[in-house]
Amino acid sequence: MNYVNQISVFVENKTGSLSQVTKLLADAGIDLRAFSIADTSEFGILRMIVDCPETAEEVLKKAKVTVVKTPVLAVRLEDKPGAMNHVMTVLAANAISVEYAYAFLSRSSGSAYVVLRVEEPGSVAEVLMENGLKVLGNEELKKLQ
Amino acid sequence: MYWNKECETMSREEMRALQGAKLADCVKRVYENVPAYKKKFDAAGILPGDIKTIDDITKLPFTDKYELAENYPYGFFAVPMRDIVRIQASSGTTGKQKVLGYTRNDLKLWGEVMARTMTAGGATAEDIIHVSYGYGLFTGGLGAHTGAETIGATVVPVSTGNTKRQIQILRDFGCTTICCTPSYALYIAETLAKMGLGPEDISLKRGFFGAEPWTENMRQEIERSLGLKAYDIFGLTEMIGPGVAFECDAHGGLHVNEDHFIPEIIDPDTCEPLPDGTPGELVFSSVSKEGMPLLRYRTRDICTITHEPCACGRTLARMSKPAGRTDDMLIIRGVNVFPSQIEAVLLDIDETSPYYMIYVDRVGALDTMDIEVELREGYPFDQVRRLQELSKRIKGAVESTLGIAANIRLVPVGTIERSEGKAKHVVDRRNLK
Repeated sequence: MNYVNQISVFVENKTGSLSQVTKLLADAGIDLRAFSIADTSEFGILRMIVDCPETAEEVLKKAKVTVVKTPVLAVRLEDKPGAMNHVMTVLAANAISVEYAYAFLSRSSGSAYVVLRVEEPGSVAEVLMENGLKVLGNEELKKLQ
Repeated sequence: MYWNKECETMSREEMRALQGAKLADCVKRVYENVPAYKKKFDAAGILPGDIKTIDDITKLPFTDKYELAENYPYGFFAVPMRDIVRIQASSGTTGKQKVLGYTRNDLKLWGEVMARTMTAGGATAEDIIHVSYGYGLFTGGLGAHTGAETIGATVVPVSTGNTKRQIQILRDFGCTTICCTPSYALYIAETLAKMGLGPEDISLKRGFFGAEPWTENMRQEIERSLGLKAYDIFGLTEMIGPGVAFECDAHGGLHVNEDHFIPEIIDPDTCEPLPDGTPGELVFSSVSKEGMPLLRYRTRDICTITHEPCACGRTLARMSKPAGRTDDMLIIRGVNVFPSQIEAVLLDIDETSPYYMIYVDRVGALDTMDIEVELREGYPFDQVRRLQELSKRIKGAVESTLGIAANIRLVPVGTIERSEGKAKHVVDRRNLK
């Protein structure tokens, strides 16, 4: 499948909430690929792309952290002006809304990736690929450095 | 000043004789007209004829709020609906309200006991009385209204909200008396100060404050900041609303209108009557009522009672300010709130767990309520938009159930402490000193 499993953690907006999560992941040897925080005045949602989402989910669940796995798209971008615009143009042309997005870089591939949360990620991945874009799957993500 | 000198200064013997006669009559009426009472009496082996004097009151079974809920809405009415001319209500422990029906005579009685209340505070037909208790099913607004009309004062039925407008009315209309919750009185004072005004800019001489607990310090603050004399009033919807007990200038407790509402203090665990001066649960029998008299109704309020005559000349028994409750009812901005009502709202919402915690604070003069609600295990919370919609939906449901607003805080699964046995649902941080 052409989507990756993002790990989302629901936290209260208070000191120490983040470190509790990052410590658990560090102790389990989880490699973070990307990290983003959505926050409101009351709560925050940490969203992470990790090398091994299954292990991350298990570790967090065991520690009673409120965690959920969400399928998101990781779309490869050429590191040059207009690359992001190309992705957005394809999405707009196909009337696809983006709930949220964040980006990360990969040293080994020398590429940038944009993480997109959309409804029906499977069919959106197909649309992107038809337009010449590369969309990562879970296996490829594991291999990234 | 008395409104009804005869009843307010009656000797103890006369009062006991009057109470005994009214009790005997009331027992007969409810036995014949309220199936729930007939059943209770039959189960206890009591016939109406067994109740002859006030001392026989201890033979009667108690009535509690759960029975009101079981017989919701009209099960305790003792007259046909054609004789009921008014309904008032307040929150019950479940989603069902406590409903009270008044006959024409009951409304007259309400006017009488509220007239005694206002007269004890010095209000007369010369006064302009500003009522900013809520009008509606809540008994505060209409109760104060009927008392003010009975003494022949000029009533200004403002109801709640829009404090600046209230202050303009106080100033322009020359109101001399105000009726509201004590916390709202403080809020009016704060707003007045913010507008660069003080007590010299209004004409208030006195205020009747009730529907929520307040303290001697609050009295002094209200009196100072609004330039008036503050009187405590006590009542509950199940009896009649405000007017059950009132304060005189001696400030030595609240005089119970005991010719209509017979007070007793019991041990809440054994239900045995307690002597004067010993704190216990307050119990009332509303023996003069026609529409919905209740016998030995357990109020859940904890206080003491004294039958010693007062310095003001009244012989009516006096109750202390309630010092707590035997149940978990909260009074927030004058509104009765039971945690179980919030629980019932949450049970209807699939995205949350049944765990919640209520935090009550006093910010400035006003009470605030924050409710922490735990997300359900496994709920796909990844979208901020959905969480905000959820929070708004809970807020709306809570507000429509309780009648007052609350802030909703969604919290992670497992945040709220699990307790074995009786769960703790409330953290009341209001420091009433």
